[in-house]
Amino acid sequence: MIEVRNVTKAYGNTAVVADVSLDLPHPGLTVIVGPNGAGKSTLLSIMARLSPADSGSVRIGGMDVATARSDALARRVAILKQDNVMSARLTVRDLVGFGRFPHNRGRPTPVDRDRVAASIAFLNLGGLEHRFLDELSGGQRQRAFMAMVLCQDTDYLLLDEPLNSLDMRHAVETMRLLRRAVDELGKSVTVVLHDINFAAGYADRIVAMKAGRVVFDGAPGDFMSAAVLSGIYDMEIAVHRIGDRRIGMFER
Amino acid sequence: MPAGIVLALIALSGASILVGVGQIDIAAVLAGRADPDSLRLLLVSRIPRTFAIILSGMAIAVAAVIMQMLFRNRFIEPTTSGTVEAASLGLVVVAILAPGLPILAKMITAASVALVATFLFLRLVERIPARSSLLVPLAGLMLGGVIQAVTVFLALRFDLLQSVATWTNGDFSGVLRGRYELLWVGFALAAAAYFIADRFTVAGMGESFATNLGLDHRRIVATGLVIVSLVTSASVVTVGTVPFLGLIVANLGSLLMGDNLRRTLPWIAVCGAVFLLACDLAGRLIRYPYEIPVGTVVGVLGSAIFLMLLLRREARLG
Repeated sequence: MIEVRNVTKAYGNTAVVADVSLDLPHPGLTVIVGPNGAGKSTLLSIMARLSPADSGSVRIGGMDVATARSDALARRVAILKQDNVMSARLTVRDLVGFGRFPHNRGRPTPVDRDRVAASIAFLNLGGLEHRFLDELSGGQRQRAFMAMVLCQDTDYLLLDEPLNSLDMRHAVETMRLLRRAVDELGKSVTVVLHDINFAAGYADRIVAMKAGRVVFDGAPGDFMSAAVLSGIYDMEIAVHRIGDRRIGMFER
Repeated sequence: MPAGIVLALIALSGASILVGVGQIDIAAVLAGRADPDSLRLLLVSRIPRTFAIILSGMAIAVAAVIMQMLFRNRFIEPTTSGTVEAASLGLVVVAILAPGLPILAKMITAASVALVATFLFLRLVERIPARSSLLVPLAGLMLGGVIQAVTVFLALRFDLLQSVATWTNGDFSGVLRGRYELLWVGFALAAAAYFIADRFTVAGMGESFATNLGLDHRRIVATGLVIVSLVTSASVVTVGTVPFLGLIVANLGSLLMGDNLRRTLPWIAVCGAVFLLACDLAGRLIRYPYEIPVGTVVGVLGSAIFLMLLLRREARLG
């Protein structure tokens, strides 16, 4: 379980995350949505100890992220930020292999090699493993990063806009993959997404943020209503029922 | 490539031992019936010089590649970050205040000043907006210029300009047995860096990646900069500054082999030694029997190669 308690973070006088408290169940797929600047990425960074909160606390699987040993945390939680600028020139295989670092401290065992190979296959990167990251397309690179954090094999996975620069097929495959990680491997996955239909299509639970606060926290069915969506995004969004799915549409 | 580069190292080392004004009958030496003069020339001058070149070439290349990972910038090395200039400032200060200090103490003083300057540079870089990749080395060159100005001012006042010149322009002609052994310390540090090579690679992936993998980014950076400062000072105090060497070897290494330092660091070290051996040999042969300092040869050759690399990289990215 991820327990977020009264987390606040401000830059200057603006609170980017304002008194947020959440309980994210384990296992489960939680999607965080919200307009630009709502504080989603900052919250995710605080949850993964990448930046400190001004006040409040985050516990992951009982470990307080602010005080627990970083190397122990690295075996429990993995995060992938958006816009990863990689200046080290690594092959896909090297990069994915670094996902095993918390487990092997840089001395790979046969088990590690199997995991790396499995992750690479899982994300459809077969044939690209010896290519350098700077020789890949944006979507391929994104998948390589995903393979790395999957390879880290943690109970908790935090992903900031993992569908960025993925085409439709790979976006759907990624969401299916995360769904399987929850259903079959019992993982807890928290994802920041922009596309509300992707969010509603795969999440167990949706958290919406606006101006640093949580303004919605509930089931996808409740989230997909014109009133809720319009309140979050300050625009008209119509919700249509197509088959057994609800689809949100913007007004032209 | 690995076999080729090792062969080149062996061949160039052999050539470096044989080339010089004094004649050595190598067949006689190998047969064990050499005249004492040849043997002395070999043991006191030629072999130490060759070792000095190999050791400093390796150390400079390793220091550069570590710095490039820590700063996440391809244009950074000890001569583009104020590190080298600070080391020679440290040496001038020692020469003024405590000229009798043993050489190891001088080196450690120089390394401390270098470390302070490099940390200062790191702080400076963190303040550069948008982290423009060319602005970073420019800032480093400027910082180096300021430090150099202080050094030259002090040297003028205390009549030490000649000493400063030996530290600023790399030259192996003065290397004799008993006067280069400090380079082994630099080599040992570079070898130690190999044991934590993958941490430097992780640092090169960025602070978020490092933290995610459970590593303390600041500690890696601090460790790396201590190693870089010591290695740099060891070579500045014994043979002087060799500009561009680290920059080129580190960039070539990254281009050909990538940045997984656990795998590439030994080869980068060997490439550094080969490049420096070749340049030193060229400097000894171009106007034989006189010598051109290796710093000058590397500077000229290096800037040309570096321009080529720069254009290729642009072409590849564009």
